[in-house]
Amino acid sequence: MPFPMQIMALGYVVAALTALVLLISIRFLYVVHRSGKLLHGKSQRSYSTLIVLGSGGHTAEMLNLLSVLEKDRFAPRFYIAAATDNMSLQKARLMEDSMSDAAGVKVGKTAKYLQIYRSREVGQSYVTSVWTTLVATTHALYLMIQLRPEVILCNGPGTCIPLCAIAFLFKVLGIRWSSIFYMESIARVKRLSLSGLLLYKLRVADQFFVQWPQLQRKYPRAEYVGCLM
Amino acid sequence: MGETEDGVRPQRTVFVTVGTTCFDALVRAVGTRDFQQELSARGYTHLVIQMGRGTYTPKKSDGEDGSLVVDYFTFSSSIADYLRSASLVISHAGSGSIFETLRLGKPLIVVVNEDLMDNHQSELAEELAERKHLYCARPQTLYKTIADMDLESLLPYVPGDATPVAKIINRFLGFLDD
Repeated sequence: MPFPMQIMALGYVVAALTALVLLISIRFLYVVHRSGKLLHGKSQRSYSTLIVLGSGGHTAEMLNLLSVLEKDRFAPRFYIAAATDNMSLQKARLMEDSMSDAAGVKVGKTAKYLQIYRSREVGQSYVTSVWTTLVATTHALYLMIQLRPEVILCNGPGTCIPLCAIAFLFKVLGIRWSSIFYMESIARVKRLSLSGLLLYKLRVADQFFVQWPQLQRKYPRAEYVGCLM
Repeated sequence: MGETEDGVRPQRTVFVTVGTTCFDALVRAVGTRDFQQELSARGYTHLVIQMGRGTYTPKKSDGEDGSLVVDYFTFSSSIADYLRSASLVISHAGSGSIFETLRLGKPLIVVVNEDLMDNHQSELAEELAERKHLYCARPQTLYKTIADMDLESLLPYVPGDATPVAKIINRFLGFLDD
């Protein structure tokens, strides 16, 4: 290629890349601006819902919240738990099987139960955690592409971080707008969990709930809802 | 709650639970003779220990000599029945155990496991102890807590309610109720 044409070609590439970066940045700012605001536009009859479960009290708290949500508004429901967590999906399945709607129809049939690789096991070194987090995030991407939930409910297990990160990415890329509701565990009185801290600081959750007033004072953008258990 | 074999005292059971954890320090503490004698002195007749993944096994006792009847097991699919039939619960600091016990209205002593790294669990136990819903102890201070406790002074825990959160979520998504 003659020299001036090389420069022109380079010029076009740079212009295209700059336009792309600009578009994504604008879209990113729009997503950040709209996050946390009431959903506008036509409201739907039901929203597909991803429910993140976790060991050590997380599942009990999540199922407690689910028990007061209208099941026909949050359907179909997808339950996800870490691969090493044996009990959580069982508990969710028990609850789904026992639920019927107002007409007495069993509503648990459309529920899905999935497992995801854990980003980090309790006590795992932070160095090896980098690799396992990458694996977990890839797995999360694979699952989220299939599920594309409209609502995500999570309350602290580390498994929610890759999922929420992907959800945010989907928002920016216009793949799916997921409303992310994060409820910090009742066991967190004075300090947020690592998941909570990340989602709070990065403003990824649309709504961030805490159950103790001390946390609301420390993190003013959180919404204090009292003890749920 | 039935009668004990001697027909004199009603059965009063102390239930110890460590959930799915390994908490040898607590199992050891409740396995000592001194501790069990203190329980007897305070009118308890049975001690049931759910020891989870613990490695230390306590000694069983059939209480024939009038001492405490002691039994243990590792796991159960649901400890609700054990909690319901207990007169006193001694639990690790897991939020699941704590709230399951409080919602049943049972007197509770929470023992914090100091061997756990990053012990955020103690925050919850201490907060609830400050609000006088339970007693908080460490394995070494458990004996003293039993000796000094006044269960009548504990305040009942009013169970929480998740409906406020449901309302907020519904409103956010555009469901207009009342």
